[in-house]
Amino acid sequence: MIELENIHKSFGNVAVLKGIDAKFEPGKVNMIIGASGTGKSVLLKCMVGLETPDVGGVFYNERNFSNARRNDQIEIRREIGMLFQGAALFDSKTVEENVRFPLDVLTRLPVDEKLDRVNQVLERVGLTDTNKKMPSELSGGMKKRVGIARAIVNHSKYLFCDEPNSGLDPQTSITIDNLIKEITQEYNITTVVVSHDMNSVMEIGDYIMFIFKGDKLWEGTADDVLDADVKAFNDFVFANKLMRSLKKFRK
Amino acid sequence: MRSIGKYFIFIGSLFKNRESFRTYVSLFFDEAVKVGTDSIFLIAIVSVFMGAVTTIQTAYNLVSPLIPDYVVALVVRDMVLLELSPTIIAIIFAGKVGSNIAGELGTMRITEQIDALEVMGLNSSSYLVLPKVMATIFMFPALVITSAFLSILGGYVATVFTGVITPFEYTQGIRYHLNEFMVAFAMIKSVTFAFLISTISSFMGYYTKGGALEVGKASTAAVTNSVIAILLADYLLAQLLAEYLTSI
Repeated sequence: MIELENIHKSFGNVAVLKGIDAKFEPGKVNMIIGASGTGKSVLLKCMVGLETPDVGGVFYNERNFSNARRNDQIEIRREIGMLFQGAALFDSKTVEENVRFPLDVLTRLPVDEKLDRVNQVLERVGLTDTNKKMPSELSGGMKKRVGIARAIVNHSKYLFCDEPNSGLDPQTSITIDNLIKEITQEYNITTVVVSHDMNSVMEIGDYIMFIFKGDKLWEGTADDVLDADVKAFNDFVFANKLMRSLKKFRK
Repeated sequence: MRSIGKYFIFIGSLFKNRESFRTYVSLFFDEAVKVGTDSIFLIAIVSVFMGAVTTIQTAYNLVSPLIPDYVVALVVRDMVLLELSPTIIAIIFAGKVGSNIAGELGTMRITEQIDALEVMGLNSSSYLVLPKVMATIFMFPALVITSAFLSILGGYVATVFTGVITPFEYTQGIRYHLNEFMVAFAMIKSVTFAFLISTISSFMGYYTKGGALEVGKASTAAVTNSVIAILLADYLLAQLLAEYLTSI
């Protein structure tokens, strides 16, 4: 479980996060949604240690991550896998080397075992014959899948995804969404997804948190979305015609 | 001033919370190939022509019945060892390797590859930059030695083809009264320049913000700042060591 307690973060005089509290449970896809510039990515960065909250803390299974000593932080970080917006694959390494990378630098497993694990996760994400390909030879969706494989190869307990669908066509987006959902349930991972794609939110979100101007304005499940009565949330969710029609249909 | 302070903090971060020694070994060799072996061709071409041209220019400018012809080679040798090979090659090296380092790290930064390393719990600056710095410090002096040898050889070839002085006189001048400290001086310079080029370029690349345009700017800034640092260090080292050189 991941717990956020009163997270505040400012850059200069601009308060980006204004006291966020939340609980993200294992085996569930936890979605953080909101418009661009509301602080979603900063919150995600605070959670994985790329930024430090000014006030408050992030707790991984009751272990304080934000105020931990560097060695303790590293221990927790090694349980974290992250899928970046652009996949962030290492350009100079093949798919196999990219996926094997966390095992190379974080473990002392024998080479054969590393290779077995790499092949297992590549098979799991549906990329069996791509071991020797370079990232530049892959499509956007394939890169995301390699990113997911790299994130889970070290048996991560926590998976973070930053805009996993950005730049993908609707069909590939659904494939990636389903993959995230399946992996979360299969490995009982605590997954946190930052997104502003409502299709994806409705498709895989078990817990949804809406951030508006640095505040948590709404939280609930996908079933609650259509009945929410928070104006900013409704403006965001029902910005597109499809969602408006869905609401009308429901009524 | 803030950038200078940030630069020194960055250098400190390379040695804090390092990864295990074995992690760096293969990275070091990869970088050594990129930094050293891949630069040999360019350095060789520049060095041969630099030696040849210096010989011809010196021969045309040093015309006096009171100065023996072999002095031309002596001047070429001292210039090559003291200035041309360490400094000019460092400037060329900054253009090739410095821009490459800054471009590589800048691209890794904007495509979140550096963030990916941090999330995995690695000290990204140490993991990425320390092998580059160590490889440059080991390889650049070797390139300077190669350059000095090829420059002197280039001068010899020029005497054969142009006849400005005879090859015999050239060889005589090259061997005449060599102060061995010149070689040590060249090595001190080359290690200093290697450190400056690799750390400044890495610093520029590592802190790139923005997109492709900023990566290009970081590469340019890496070369410009490295060249300025090289020239300043060259001046300081000349002040510090030239007196010692003339006293022995």
